[in-house]
Amino acid sequence: MTWNGWAQIALVLACVLAAAVPLGRYIAAIATGRVAFLAPVERLLYAAGGIDPQRGQGWRAYALAMLAGNAAGFLLLYALLRLQGVLPLNPQGLAGLSPWLAFNTAVSFVTNTNWQAYSGEVAMSGLSQMAGLAVQNFLSAATGIALALAVSRAFAASGLRDLGNFWADFVRVTLYLLLPLALVLGLVFVALGMPQSLAASVQATTLEGGTQTIPLGPAAFQIAIKHLGTNGGGFFGVNSAHPFEGPSALATGLQIGAQQVIPFALALTFGRIVGDLRQGRALLAVMLASVVLATAAIYAAEAGGNPLHLAAGIDPALGNMEGKEVRFGQALAALFTATTTGASCGAVNAMLDSFTPLGGLVPMSLIQLGEVLPGGVGSGLYGMLVFAMLAVFVAGLMVGRTPEYLGKKVQAREVKLAMLAVLVLPVAILGFAAVSLVLPAALGSVQDQGPHGLSEMLYAYSSASGNNGSAFGGLTADTPWLNTTLAIAMLLGRFAYVVPVMALAGSLGAKPKSPAGTGTFPTHGPLFAGLLAGVILILGGLQFMPALALGPLAEHFVLLAGKTF
Amino acid sequence: MRAILRPAFAVVGLFTLLLGLAVPLGFTGLAQLAFPAQANGSLIERNGHVIGSALLGQDFAAARYFHPRPSATTEADPDHPGQTRAAPYNAAASAASQLGPTSAALLAAVRERVAALGGGRVPADAATASGSGLDPHISPANAVAQMARVAAARGLPEARIAVLLQAHTEGREFGLLGEPRVNVLRLNLALDALR
Repeated sequence: MTWNGWAQIALVLACVLAAAVPLGRYIAAIATGRVAFLAPVERLLYAAGGIDPQRGQGWRAYALAMLAGNAAGFLLLYALLRLQGVLPLNPQGLAGLSPWLAFNTAVSFVTNTNWQAYSGEVAMSGLSQMAGLAVQNFLSAATGIALALAVSRAFAASGLRDLGNFWADFVRVTLYLLLPLALVLGLVFVALGMPQSLAASVQATTLEGGTQTIPLGPAAFQIAIKHLGTNGGGFFGVNSAHPFEGPSALATGLQIGAQQVIPFALALTFGRIVGDLRQGRALLAVMLASVVLATAAIYAAEAGGNPLHLAAGIDPALGNMEGKEVRFGQALAALFTATTTGASCGAVNAMLDSFTPLGGLVPMSLIQLGEVLPGGVGSGLYGMLVFAMLAVFVAGLMVGRTPEYLGKKVQAREVKLAMLAVLVLPVAILGFAAVSLVLPAALGSVQDQGPHGLSEMLYAYSSASGNNGSAFGGLTADTPWLNTTLAIAMLLGRFAYVVPVMALAGSLGAKPKSPAGTGTFPTHGPLFAGLLAGVILILGGLQFMPALALGPLAEHFVLLAGKTF
Repeated sequence: MRAILRPAFAVVGLFTLLLGLAVPLGFTGLAQLAFPAQANGSLIERNGHVIGSALLGQDFAAARYFHPRPSATTEADPDHPGQTRAAPYNAAASAASQLGPTSAALLAAVRERVAALGGGRVPADAATASGSGLDPHISPANAVAQMARVAAARGLPEARIAVLLQAHTEGREFGLLGEPRVNVLRLNLALDALR
């Protein structure tokens, strides 16, 4: 680790925070319908769908509208991927995807996971990327943010019968937040070197007389929304490690910022919606502290290098460079990795499979902690609010009082719903990974032997269930078993999580909001922040400890003993 | 049911036309007008022929050129259908080794590369494959280690190569971000231009 490296990390995080403050205010304005510079487009969409944006929806109607929108998106994307062979904008003449792969990919992009069992430049036509995958990058992100706004409103007032209108939130977030940001960032990305062209490739004759096929395509715009929407699905196979997808350290720094800024801003938006900015800041502080700690852990592990390789004669100055790019260096690779896994983005600028065991343990743990540090756009905030309610519940148990969060009583029904949501992740991750680790059909996908093989499988189901999408890339994921079970894990992680959360919001919204009294546990101070971090660590982390001990931790000690597989 | 499905298909369908066709096509036009070089792959031409991209590495094996980092990209093997074979810097299919830290195959590859470079302390980037398989850069230390070989192969004094290398060593962006590096293709082009 170097001081320069830490200065890079500090600069990027300072810029993200500076941008999150005004953005949080702006999103709050969108949530209340005060932004309307594309009102004609908005009205057209409402008219076509027969939508009355003023009509409030209870939690059931809101969730049902969300599910219907996502189902429509899935069907459209599945059809597009299966039929890409006969559709236009396919200059390479790529065939349609297999049913397994199309199912997996469509689920993956609709659930904001962007797990990729294919390689972009090898499998996807320009039309599939542009009109299929990139559209879902917008819509799945808008879905998450809309849900977070609905959940936030539940804490704002007494006796709420509705949580807003899903279609109004969904359309406004897309038009006024995601689209303008993606256009601006996309143009900056083109200037920095990302292609944006309708040509698929160009042939070059290299200096030594060989030929090189240089891939092109409508990349920059899709890459912009892939980070802003914490989607993470790369245009090119190796994601942001590709020189066209991460052309410079500045580009990778902007991507780190883009995949953090909306989740951070939403914490502040929450503070505005509930009318107490300090509440949002407390959540943000927990998120930020965890990003810094996780970055430090990855940076230390990777900058130290792989002891086996150092013993073989590699100079330790650059750290572990397998799977990493020279232009980024260890500091920005570590910060990128901590933010992409903490924020449920899943883009990568270095190959996690080749990280040292401890360097790879941190991103896997960040996903398993529930994708709330700061989590995906929207999903991070509502996940954090679930943990906040569990934290006040734990505090209430300690002093024997009915717990309250922001004046809303958290009672048996709420705690049951919160636990139902929180339990989805361990069931999906540990359940599927355990079955896959004894099934011969699944084990054939594992590339590395020894504990690292276990890590590859565990990471895959963590990534899918947490709707992250990054991978230990050695795993051969394009098989019927993995395509199907990973898709089920993604569906569980998204929808089996959020439906109980919406029920929770509905139940809380209807309750009276009692004013804070002398006995109220303040939820904006360091005591609460510490308690919240503790609940996330214990509830989210402890259940994965045995699996992590068999995977990355075992590999760490095996590595120190000098053993290879 | 209709009341639930109609908004879903109408909004998703219209957004597909807007965000999937109209906006990206318009944006492509704007990008082509504003930044034509970058939007089309930052291509480098020599004598009217495209010889590569400033952003993508390419394979160099001859002693008179600086060599890039090892690359894990592959291509379809014409002799064994369904299998692949090594094809360094195949830009049509970016790839990393994805080998784990305790992989015996990776350790063997590292040892082989270190031995091929004459042993001793080898810069890390010279003995490891990049994440993309297309890394256009090497570290300045890696370039310095190759100077003597390039000078001998070209029959040029090493000092002359050193001056060229100095000019092609890029510092951190804004003096802060990223790491110092050397673009191998640009350096080799400059070498060829030396007369």
